[in-house]
Amino acid sequence: MNRYTVAVLVKNQSGVLNRVTSMFRRRQFNISALTVSETESPDFSRITVLFDGEESKKEQLVDQLYKLPDVCSIKQLENENSINRELLLIKMQNTPDTRSDIHDAAEAFGAKTVDYTRDCVTLQLTGNSRKIDDFINLMRDYIIVEICRTGIVSLEKGSSTLRSELNI
Amino acid sequence: MVLSGADIIVRTLIEQKCEVVFGYPGGQVINIYDSLYKYESEIKHVLSAHEQGAAHAADGYARATGKVGVVMATSGPGATNLVTGIATAFLDSIPMVAITGNVPSSLIGTDSFQELDITGVTLPITKHNFFVGSIEELADTIREAFRLAKSGRPGPVLVDVPKDIQIAKCEYTEKEPVCADKAESAKEIRIRDAAECINGASRPFIYFGGGLISADAQSEMLELAELIDAPIGCSMMGLSAIPTDHPRFLGMQGMHGHFASSMAMSRADLIIALGVRFNDRATGNREKFALGSKVIHIDVDGAELSKNFKDTHGLRGDLKKTLKALLPLIKKTERPDWQAEIDSLRVKENKDADKRDGMTPYSVMATLNSHLSENTPVATDVGQHQMWAAQYIKFRKNRKFISSGGLGTMGFGLGAAIGAQMGSGEHTVLVTGDGSFGMCLNELATAVTYNTPIVILLMNNGVLGMVRQWQTLFFNKHYSNTVLNRKTDFVKLAEAFGAKAEAVDSLESLDNALEKAFNYNGPYVIDCAVDKDELVLPMLPPGGSIKDIITKIKN
Repeated sequence: MNRYTVAVLVKNQSGVLNRVTSMFRRRQFNISALTVSETESPDFSRITVLFDGEESKKEQLVDQLYKLPDVCSIKQLENENSINRELLLIKMQNTPDTRSDIHDAAEAFGAKTVDYTRDCVTLQLTGNSRKIDDFINLMRDYIIVEICRTGIVSLEKGSSTLRSELNI
Repeated sequence: MVLSGADIIVRTLIEQKCEVVFGYPGGQVINIYDSLYKYESEIKHVLSAHEQGAAHAADGYARATGKVGVVMATSGPGATNLVTGIATAFLDSIPMVAITGNVPSSLIGTDSFQELDITGVTLPITKHNFFVGSIEELADTIREAFRLAKSGRPGPVLVDVPKDIQIAKCEYTEKEPVCADKAESAKEIRIRDAAECINGASRPFIYFGGGLISADAQSEMLELAELIDAPIGCSMMGLSAIPTDHPRFLGMQGMHGHFASSMAMSRADLIIALGVRFNDRATGNREKFALGSKVIHIDVDGAELSKNFKDTHGLRGDLKKTLKALLPLIKKTERPDWQAEIDSLRVKENKDADKRDGMTPYSVMATLNSHLSENTPVATDVGQHQMWAAQYIKFRKNRKFISSGGLGTMGFGLGAAIGAQMGSGEHTVLVTGDGSFGMCLNELATAVTYNTPIVILLMNNGVLGMVRQWQTLFFNKHYSNTVLNRKTDFVKLAEAFGAKAEAVDSLESLDNALEKAFNYNGPYVIDCAVDKDELVLPMLPPGGSIKDIITKIKN
């Protein structure tokens, strides 16, 4: 099993996300994260997919995506050539005996405290998925109240873009 | 000129050279039907008995003509009744445009009367679908539906139009019919690699499917076969693409394919697969399929390459253009040893052929064959009769076999035969079984109304023969719910619909009935008795490979 990041430029129309995820469901692709966002152009949306599976299955995923008329451009983003980020919000139970440990860990990871009450502290962390996973693992030593993460967003390094693949 | 949405729909269909719409009216398409009334001199509407029949008719029309089939239905149940027909077309890559009405935009999402999210329902069974949000985009959306339906790998496209958009008015300017986007040839480097592979092969086998017909690449395929001295087999969807009696053609391969075709494929050291997708019914157990052979796979749909079966060389591109580019790179080779092996397979197949007397499936099909012209479309339903037709009917021209391959839709045949007849203008045959016919025989009403000349050969064995065959072979003859025990008198039934009919119980009476049926301008049902214990053979057992092929059953 490998992990692949696939960025997909789609027409910005209602129902596009449904078409893409319906195809994933129907063909049983194992998607671990998916984000949809606006882009520099109102005509397009960008979907970033994190896919776990064999290489051949990933190729099939890309080929099946290309068959959707709303899909304009697809690129597999390699870790070394791209910037991958996720944002995590994690709400920890705030107790006198764990307070300083959590604070130290947060500092080591560069997580920001974004909410602080007598009972809970909420931290915000940005980074690649691995870093987020590591931080969550560390927090499991204490009492996690709630987690929310955005899923991956990803851009290629340098000047190349998804739109540059298009003939428009 | 300023037209209503309903008028725009019909004008755009006319503009796209649509000659006939199959459909059924209803509350949310009543405006479109008013426009069909207005423009009836320019476009014909065929009223079916049920929307499913209309969808199958549009499909049969498309299969027989290569044009886009058009079907129309109202919202809610009208739209859901299309679903089986759309899915059938989708699985067999048949170009179709389905137009549905829906409740007015203001009622969408409120569960109003006969409201249904048909674009949601048909998402996985259409190439694409559209919910028309404004009158301004209506005409272009229908044009886009036609373009998508016939471009690349063809398929069905649905356009859902809320009623207020049918009523609203907008400027309409007629345009030229849209052209299909023609795929390019595969990449040159891939073609060169494939050519090298072909030139190095010693036992090549050409295996084609429905994609060959869509791409109209028969002559290029035959040229390749001549150059490399290869035998040819096909999937069920490829039938009728080349004449059945072509000297290189071994027939359909696969689960119920011809012995020589399936065996030759398994002994080949190179399979050249053209517009075919290695369906499980064609390969049997894929773990044991084509173990010793390389595979060159050419398809317009890149997602088919290595989807079901890992190929050695995958070429994505238009089949005709790719073969044209490939041919000059191929060395002319003669392969007497390979041909001798093929000949011995043919001899074995002939030796095992069914030579019994009486109303055997083979002799029924042989009798039918003697009445077919080269232009006769033959539609089927799904089951044993379909496989007998696929195995034994002799085709001479392209697009004459109209059968549901991928979805295997019982009830497909009668609607499809009506569509194929109307598209081709030829006296058409439907080979069906009592199970399949029972599903959608209401379309007899349609065939009677339109005096559609269809010979309906009903192979009546009183059982659901294909499932029963599995029960015979693999379920200890536990005939669970496959013995129909119905008391239907198909002759009286057909007559009640206004069709002609007769029952036959011998080859002579069948021959006479066929003679009369082909001279009758309308549907003619021949209730042909078949023994319930007849089997479709050969058979690759489920999960089995070519080594497990069953050619004879000892009692």
